[in-house]
Amino acid sequence: MSEAEIKTSLESADAKAPPPKTSKWDEAKLELRKAPLSAKFGLLVIVSYVFAAVFAPLLTPYGESEIVGEVFMEWDEVHILGTDNLGRDMLTRLLYGARNTVGIAFITTCVAFLIGGISGMLAAILGGWTDQILSRIVDVLMAIPQLIFALLLLTIFGTSIPVLIIIIAVLDSTRVFRLARAVSHNVVVTDFVESARLRGESMGWISIREVLPNIMPPLVAEFGLRFCFVFLLISGLSFLGLGLQPPTADWGSMVRDNATLITYGDITPLLPAGAIALLTVGVNFVVDWFLHKTSGLRDGQ
Amino acid sequence: MDNKPESEFLLDIRNLSIDGQSGEEWLDIVKDVSFTLKRGQMLGLIGESGAGKSTIGLAAMGFARPGCRISGGEILFDGVDLRELRRQEKRSLRGARIAYVAQSAAASFNPAHRLIDQFSEIPVEHGISNKVDADADAIDLFTKLMMPFPDTIGFRYPHQVSGGQLQRAMTAMALSCRPDLIIFDEPTTALDVTTQIEVLATIRNIVDEFNTAAIYITHDLAVVAQMSDKIIVLRYGEKIEEADTRIMLSDPKEDYTKSLWAVRSFTKSSEPPEHEKVPLLTVDHVTAGYSSKEMILKNITFEVHRGQTVAVVGESGSGKSTTARVITGLLNPKQGQILFDGEPLPADYRKRTKDQLRQVQMIYQMADTAVNPRHRIRDIIGRPLSFYLGLTGNKYEQRIRELLEMIELDPDVFIDRYPGELSGGQKQRVCIARALAAEPQLIICDEVTSALDQLVAEGILKLLDRLQQEFNLAFMFITHDLATVRAIADRVVVMLQGEIVEQGTKDTVFSPPHHEYTDLLLSSVPEMDPDWLDNMLKSRVNTSDLIT
Repeated sequence: MSEAEIKTSLESADAKAPPPKTSKWDEAKLELRKAPLSAKFGLLVIVSYVFAAVFAPLLTPYGESEIVGEVFMEWDEVHILGTDNLGRDMLTRLLYGARNTVGIAFITTCVAFLIGGISGMLAAILGGWTDQILSRIVDVLMAIPQLIFALLLLTIFGTSIPVLIIIIAVLDSTRVFRLARAVSHNVVVTDFVESARLRGESMGWISIREVLPNIMPPLVAEFGLRFCFVFLLISGLSFLGLGLQPPTADWGSMVRDNATLITYGDITPLLPAGAIALLTVGVNFVVDWFLHKTSGLRDGQ
Repeated sequence: MDNKPESEFLLDIRNLSIDGQSGEEWLDIVKDVSFTLKRGQMLGLIGESGAGKSTIGLAAMGFARPGCRISGGEILFDGVDLRELRRQEKRSLRGARIAYVAQSAAASFNPAHRLIDQFSEIPVEHGISNKVDADADAIDLFTKLMMPFPDTIGFRYPHQVSGGQLQRAMTAMALSCRPDLIIFDEPTTALDVTTQIEVLATIRNIVDEFNTAAIYITHDLAVVAQMSDKIIVLRYGEKIEEADTRIMLSDPKEDYTKSLWAVRSFTKSSEPPEHEKVPLLTVDHVTAGYSSKEMILKNITFEVHRGQTVAVVGESGSGKSTTARVITGLLNPKQGQILFDGEPLPADYRKRTKDQLRQVQMIYQMADTAVNPRHRIRDIIGRPLSFYLGLTGNKYEQRIRELLEMIELDPDVFIDRYPGELSGGQKQRVCIARALAAEPQLIICDEVTSALDQLVAEGILKLLDRLQQEFNLAFMFITHDLATVRAIADRVVVMLQGEIVEQGTKDTVFSPPHHEYTDLLLSSVPEMDPDWLDNMLKSRVNTSDLIT
């Protein structure tokens, strides 16, 4: 086709050029600037937790389970938050706790999404018997209360960290499965998936290239929420003595170990609980903002 | 009607401007539009999508969509400026004195309530009537609107009546408070031609009978020619031209209006090539259905030859799209088979070879859902290249650019875009390029132009025609739009309830004597002549008299 022909055709009704492109980076910066205060607060919280988790050994002179003084020391200049029931530095334990609890919760959530996301997409794309079998297995798993089921399995298999991660991930993946299956269903019926099938594409291509990018927003939002639940569950299990085992610092078990102090009006044992609460609130703020952005909800009217 | 002195105009819009929000900034989407409307008058608003038709229609109710604001001008309804009114006051006007009929009745009805309850809700809510009287009125209106079983149809749920009936029920609902002004926003666009004609007649009768003023929004010129007393042509939110219907049709002043009028003139330039001995595609005595009991297709047989366009025509539910699903292998036929180039194709697409899949490509009605919104244009068009033809590196890149040029989109601008950044017509072009990339022999086009504006649709048809000549492609065109068929088809297959009632070359099918169903279809297509609907209805009444 000649230049002139392109020129004239560009004047036709649908040849209007789209608006100029903005780079991904600029867009992200703009979004961040426009983010509501709650989301900025949430991001700040998450960033500081990650910072604490990564640099815990540099932020404190003591070791994670090093006994540094008397039992239950008061707050002072040396031990800013005092010591715990075995004489370990409270602040050190709190920082390492971020590393352990948050880290393990993060890994667990990732595994849960891997299992639940893949099986959910498969169920939606393949349908039929695959869908029936996977869905019924999930129904069975969900029929048993999660905490009790987790306690049961942990008592059977022991309480090492890999076992903990796998058990919680499997139990939590049921929720992810349901979401992934539901949102994939909406994508699987679209013409572009049909067109990929007719092209002769493999299952892998259809699920990873066609379906996955379109179900990412709800999955990412769900990731934030599930992370909170996993995190709370691990802390809860640790509080009950079946989660992370001593001497590993963990916020849940720290609350339990030092609970006696509460009776004397000392709030120190509540600090790990506060840390858990703050992170949960922060993550939820960010997830809310993200959901709001991706679902296209508008303010007002 | 109330007794207070009436101003001359029921609706008087002066210098209306409306802004729409785009990211951080406000863009003007309606610029300085003025018009007036008297009682009993029908005004047609026409223009392409994005011309601001619906926005003006809603503004006539004093309403702006979320993300829009009325930034200037006056909207005088019966002498009162709607912009000055408070929320509650506007609310009491809407439904009662100004009513709105939306494009998709199916989406506007609440599926959980019976039609008649939704009808009565409005007059009861506005305190005009009580439930018993309103129900009686509903039955009365259903009768006037010539709906079947007017006494009982109101007690059905929305999914239990057809699209045309639902659209009429919606019109009845708009009339429930005997409003002074009704705004019809593309009320027949989603309907078949044979249904459309009934709805059009109904709307016109009702407007005459109640002396209601109406605004009729559409992109279909032939429809607006039947309906309105006066026409306003809009483009990019500006009024291009305003005139009485007959004057506008016979003597358009502006170039843009003339170009709109000229759209229907496109016809295929070339003669189809001679038939070869073996047809490219043979649909051989195919019977198919989604359940074992009911067959959607009953013993369908037709052929598509190389370089030819075969149009499959029929109303919704006639089995057109099901035919395409059988050909592509998405639906296994109960009987019969599909032959490609004389060789039988496996019924299931999963059993076909890559090469067999490559030969038959498909273009869909909704370009929005036919391309993955998360893929760049490069990847959308490039995938068949790497998948079927194994192109890589420079060759791959080069071919994508060639294809983009072929569909008249500038490669430098478009190659790295996402579909969301493109207009409807551009997306459809990308779909065409994706189909072409596979270098197929047959392309199935499923209502490819029906979601597009006429000018854009025309561009797409011209493009397809050019590509056909360049590559000797065969097209199977599924459509309900007979104007499209006239423009592009070589052969026509007319389908009704899963059977082929007539097939042959375009000339034989479109010239008398017709099969009676073909006749009904052809005679239902609105023409630009403003008297067409009257004449049509007169002749219909006569024929039905003869039969009974």
